Amino acid sequence: MRRYSVFAVAREAARYHTGWERAWASPEPKKRYDVIIIGAGGHGLATAYYLGKNFGITNVAVLEKGWLGGGNTGRNTTIIRSNYLQDPSAAIYEKARSLYETLSQDLNYNVMFSPRGVMMLAQTEHERRGYERTAHANALQGVETSFISPDRVKQLVPIINISGPRYPVLGALWQPRGGTARHDAVAWGYARACSAMGIDVIQQCEVTGIRQKGGKVAGVTTSRGDIACDKLGIVVAGHSGVLAQMAGFRLPIESVALQALVSEPIKPCIDVVVMANTVHGYMSQSDKGELVIGGGADGYNNYTQRGSFHHVEETVRALIETFPIISRLKMLRQWGGIVDMTGDRSPILSKTPLENCFINCGWGTGGFKAIPGSGWGFAELMARGASPLTEAFGLDRFREGRFIDESVAAGVAH
Amino acid sequence: MLILHCPHCGVDAEETELAPGGEAHLKRFGPGSSDAEFESYLFHRENPRGVHFERWRHAFGCGKWFIAARATDTLEVFGTYRAQTAAPPQDIRDAITAKRPGWAWRDLA
Amino acid sequence: MSTRLQTGGRLIDRNARRGFTFNGRRLEGVAGDTLASALLANDQMLVGRSFKYHRPRGFVAAGAEEPNGLVNLGTGGRFEPNQRATTTELFDGLACASQNHWPSLDFDIGAVNGPLARFLPAGFYYKTFIQPRPFWKHVYEPFIRQSAGLGQVPAERDADRYEHFYAFVDVLVIGGGIAGLQAALAAGRAGARVLLIEQTAHWGGRAPVDGVTIDGHPAEAWIARALKALEGMENVTLRTRCMGAGVYDHGYALGYERVADHSPGDTRPRHRLWKIRAARIITATGAIERPLSFAGNDIPGVMLASAVRDYVANWAVSPGDRTVVVTNNDDAYRTALMLREAGLVVPAIIDARPTASGPLVRAAREAGIRVETGRGIARVKGAKRVTGVALCAQAGEGAVLEEIPCDAVAMSGGWSPVVHLWSHCGGKLTWDAGQAHFRPDPERAPTSHDGAPFVIAAGSANGYLLAGEALADGDAAGKSAVRSLGMAAKGGAVPKAEAEAEGPMTPVWMMPQGAGAELRMKMWLDYQNDVKVSDVQLAAREGYESVEHTKRYTTLGMATDQGKLSNINGLAVLSQSLGADIPQVGTTTFRPPYTPISFGAIAGEARGDTFQPLRRTPMHRWHEENGADWEPVGQWRRPYCYPRDGESREDAVGREVKNTRQNLGLLDASTLGKILVKGPDAGRFLDMLYTNMMSNLKPGKCRYGLMCNENGFLMDDGVVARIDEETFLCHTTSGGAEHIHAHMEDWLQCEWWDWRVYTANLTEQFAQIAVVGPHARDLLEKLGGMDVGAGALPFMAWSEGEIAGVRARVYRISFSGELSYEIAVPASQGLALWEKLVSAGEEFGLMPYGTEALHVMRAEKGFIMIGDETDGTVIPQDLGLHWAISKKKDDYIGKRAQQRAHMVDPERWQLVGLETLGGGVLPEGAYALAPDQNANGQRNTQGRVTSTYYSPTLERGIALGLVRRGPERMGEIIEFATLDGTTMSAKIVDPVFYDKDGEKQNV
Repeated sequence: MRRYSVFAVAREAARYHTGWERAWASPEPKKRYDVIIIGAGGHGLATAYYLGKNFGITNVAVLEKGWLGGGNTGRNTTIIRSNYLQDPSAAIYEKARSLYETLSQDLNYNVMFSPRGVMMLAQTEHERRGYERTAHANALQGVETSFISPDRVKQLVPIINISGPRYPVLGALWQPRGGTARHDAVAWGYARACSAMGIDVIQQCEVTGIRQKGGKVAGVTTSRGDIACDKLGIVVAGHSGVLAQMAGFRLPIESVALQALVSEPIKPCIDVVVMANTVHGYMSQSDKGELVIGGGADGYNNYTQRGSFHHVEETVRALIETFPIISRLKMLRQWGGIVDMTGDRSPILSKTPLENCFINCGWGTGGFKAIPGSGWGFAELMARGASPLTEAFGLDRFREGRFIDESVAAGVAH
Repeated sequence: MLILHCPHCGVDAEETELAPGGEAHLKRFGPGSSDAEFESYLFHRENPRGVHFERWRHAFGCGKWFIAARATDTLEVFGTYRAQTAAPPQDIRDAITAKRPGWAWRDLA
Repeated sequence: MSTRLQTGGRLIDRNARRGFTFNGRRLEGVAGDTLASALLANDQMLVGRSFKYHRPRGFVAAGAEEPNGLVNLGTGGRFEPNQRATTTELFDGLACASQNHWPSLDFDIGAVNGPLARFLPAGFYYKTFIQPRPFWKHVYEPFIRQSAGLGQVPAERDADRYEHFYAFVDVLVIGGGIAGLQAALAAGRAGARVLLIEQTAHWGGRAPVDGVTIDGHPAEAWIARALKALEGMENVTLRTRCMGAGVYDHGYALGYERVADHSPGDTRPRHRLWKIRAARIITATGAIERPLSFAGNDIPGVMLASAVRDYVANWAVSPGDRTVVVTNNDDAYRTALMLREAGLVVPAIIDARPTASGPLVRAAREAGIRVETGRGIARVKGAKRVTGVALCAQAGEGAVLEEIPCDAVAMSGGWSPVVHLWSHCGGKLTWDAGQAHFRPDPERAPTSHDGAPFVIAAGSANGYLLAGEALADGDAAGKSAVRSLGMAAKGGAVPKAEAEAEGPMTPVWMMPQGAGAELRMKMWLDYQNDVKVSDVQLAAREGYESVEHTKRYTTLGMATDQGKLSNINGLAVLSQSLGADIPQVGTTTFRPPYTPISFGAIAGEARGDTFQPLRRTPMHRWHEENGADWEPVGQWRRPYCYPRDGESREDAVGREVKNTRQNLGLLDASTLGKILVKGPDAGRFLDMLYTNMMSNLKPGKCRYGLMCNENGFLMDDGVVARIDEETFLCHTTSGGAEHIHAHMEDWLQCEWWDWRVYTANLTEQFAQIAVVGPHARDLLEKLGGMDVGAGALPFMAWSEGEIAGVRARVYRISFSGELSYEIAVPASQGLALWEKLVSAGEEFGLMPYGTEALHVMRAEKGFIMIGDETDGTVIPQDLGLHWAISKKKDDYIGKRAQQRAHMVDPERWQLVGLETLGGGVLPEGAYALAPDQNANGQRNTQGRVTSTYYSPTLERGIALGLVRRGPERMGEIIEFATLDGTTMSAKIVDPVFYDKDGEKQNV
């Protein structure tokens, strides 16, 4: 792999950039791999990368039915934070966030991680108490957050309306090292780094069946032929249920649409990510100048990647209420993705009833921020059979009632 | 933006009048059931990419619950019927099979 | 130079002058101008700077597809960035400024990026700014961000208002060109309810500009007749300035009406968002001309050939004195002919096709215009304005044959149907090789709830680019729509539109076709985002082969025009680079809206005070008048406390608590949920709903109950009163009323539908007032009415009668630990009773109290609060509420769940009281430390604070918390971590801090 740098760009400029090599190879599938990962989204690619980097396992194929990074990795609002309440969540998201800090150097691909700070507004007494609790939990989890005053909120985000009238801002949970990254670049950077290690990233290769032998995984059937493997990782976000069915087990998952939208680009006006959960909306500004906006998910099963407009309406209302000046800006584009919602809204990184078959899914609305940590932990789980990062996220928790419920901090009204 | 026909009050209701309630025709398991049965009842969902039976409440209308047979990949609605029904009625099943030959109730393969 | 012609201009009124300013310069236009036509009439071709290289930018188009002509429009509360000048109607006093430059439009420092363009190819930022690491955050990114964005940020609140309309129609026709008008006529005549919307202020689309005749008359005459006919139909609604913004599932569509953009401050809403449900949608949205890719095609003065025509015909504006036309089709010859007719010079028509022989070509030749076939433009000369073009052989590599001086270039690369609305909801496209464009595939239309196709494309949006075909297709679309709805289409002759016939076009994706690297770096695809042919080729070379990869890697089509001009051209370049067919490469996804729509319109009227419904109790106004400090609770507002002059919140709460405990307090408890459960099986039902037994409650008695969800977690609590044998009144938390009622109905309708039970949510039917404190009984007895003595109305009983002449139910229940009556009266009587209580209570020292005093008093008593002690993961067993969990019942909702391994784990955290050693107040949400760290390096914990207050009664801090095996560890001291890194010690104690034996509430 030729390294990227400003000097390489200058060198290429002299010959009109005709000398750049492919960012990742486009290999034909081999007959057999040690490990097959289904799904070349961020999580799948990161898993393959850390299998190679941390465990020296490079006889790996990542199979993708469409184009890499084409699912939720390329459709989300790119927020990165780890200010979670429950220990297992904070552990994996903080691992991810800390890996994001050095990911550009690690991958030699600029993913534009921007630790500009993430702020979650408290707009009811209940929410305020919830975030104060989270701040206490984070302090013991090694996650740097604090609960800040309305004045400090206003100072960090001058365009915010902190005085209501309906939901005055009572403070905020502030994570200064949270932020955003360029979502496509994360997938591309991992794919390029995988390819450089000899891992096969194979696009346009749809898995149509999972072959088993004696209760163990034997391989997969694909649109490009049968491929054998010792271990199989299913990392397919919105389509986990479909793959689990092929493997013969069921998941505590429902797939629903989640929408997002962007405004036309304007000059910089908001330097941090602001989430307003009472009114249901969040917003940040991309490096291009667009306001990137998201809200709540639809409540019914849907595989169309189209959501219902009333959610967009609610989200926009919430954000005009929070940032009155955006009223005269315009929505440039709205889109939807399919997200996996589990029984406790926390992800699953787990062994499955099928031996040597592992699954990583259920990230719901929050998967992008977890990509490096998820790949790190899932690679360890697949390589060693256990990982402290993934231990709490097993499928068995639903049977035992051992949930990881993050809705806690801002859920029930009194 | 779905429109679903409420079989109770007869209104073709706009999605904003309705509240979704998840997979229909689940059998409740209570005390005396095994851990596996109870887990499955609470959490395992068919979540099909295709024909799906789901509960809806006409929440901002007559308040009644009904069941919709709907495709999750095209959002086509094959029919709705009252929630007080143990399994999909035959006419709904026929309507689905007519549109999707080979489909069968609770055949997830 | 661009200028106003002496004659012509079908849309303008030369006598009505309109003054406006551009970058502070005072200019003049006329009524009917767009901002773009008015600027061009004033020779203002340079109107902005591109995003990446800050290249000078002029108008390319005349309509919604314009990528360059974006301005900061208006001032103060009516300021708006990125407003497209081509779709902005000019009004008197309009003020606008160009964007994305510093210090000025003519001299822009950012333009240094231009010469550096070679070092800034697509995706250069992925390859650079990597080392050294801290530089990204502190140097590179701040720099990139400062150069980001186009328009300025509004500084003030929006001065305008917005509204929503709802429409339910049989047929929605989007687009008021001749195809749309005819479709609406056909559908309207059949009796269908029709809504016809047109994005501009004018009907008829391109036909009047292009010299089309219909049934032998000029198109304008037919359009006027069609409109008259439509206006005469009661079943047809017409709207101009209303754009079809998006098509969604099940026939839902958005219309975006710009009601008052052209007359700001006229008191009407600025925009109106139409939420339309249509059984059928006809998209007669026209087509957009494509640019040609030649070097320097972005220099101001290079425009679409059709736009040049629009400016001349509609607004009598000539973009230049000498306009070279460059094309691969016959349609652009119309531009040359029109310019010639207007007395302007067309030095040459450069036609990339080897031969050209259609009637339009003949007409041009006959008019004496020089036509060069098989030729292309090697490069455009000029910087901020075109000064000439260099002619070359299209088949070659760009060797210059001749230089032709000119000040404008009119280009045409063919036409692409506007398929956006067709595609929003899943409609598929087919590649039409003859016209080199994607058009709707009628076999794969979007389908609705019934599985039937619901979108029909018509006219040029359907690939019928010639007027005659387009009109006939519009008629067919209208008829097909009504027929598919079971209506009979009325016959009648289809009008016949005629225009000059056109010879075949030839796709040209690069000009000249053998252009070398240097020229390709100057061929713009996306003018706003500065994406060039070389960038797309680079993406393909580097393996970004999917069209989505290419788009994202190069940012092609991601600008505010969403690639209306660039997508097909970019796609063609990509497919050529990959050696693949265009249809095989496919398009990116079309997403709403068609062009950007204001957030204000999306939000509608719901802002400020009307952002969400505000629920008010009958006493709301009294609270307001008496200085309530509000707290939002769901959509209610409840008084948090009633501060008096000079009092802090804390002081007020302390006073309210003390006064209630010592004298008399009054609480508005109307927000508490009140759900009536009635029927022969009501008791059986409540036994399933609550963890405790309710069926054995005696009429006249009250019982505190806990409700869990099927997962076993505590979801609500409250007092149940049995009214009679078949009737119970269930009180819920304030926030819980609606979802608990829904929860009840869910189980009743979907699981136990044979049980004879009826429920009704009566929350808002009753006002409820808690009269609390040692003097509570004195006050009620003073007001007179029913017997409220300890004998007639003991603790946890209720009775019905009159208080102060008002019919009332009085519940002897207490959430404070004091002698307490909760009085429920019809909502209409609430305020009257409240005021009577207030005035009669004066002698007993009555004061109202708010939610915070309520919280403090319940914590002093160790009563749990849903949402504080519970958080969705807590089961009643954790809270020492075993007494409220029936052992006798086989089943209740949540029982099975509470038997699971994790729920019966003795290590669970359980409710205790916490007393700090120094009397201080524990921080909210603090965790109790346990030794060591877990495998992920996180500090272990053994409990947490759930409620913590300063108790005015006990004059020290009190807290409730959940602690591992807590109740077994009474008296033990544990450490809580604070946020400043220190710890606070607290003793584990009984959760009841005040009046443990309940003597006060039982008197």
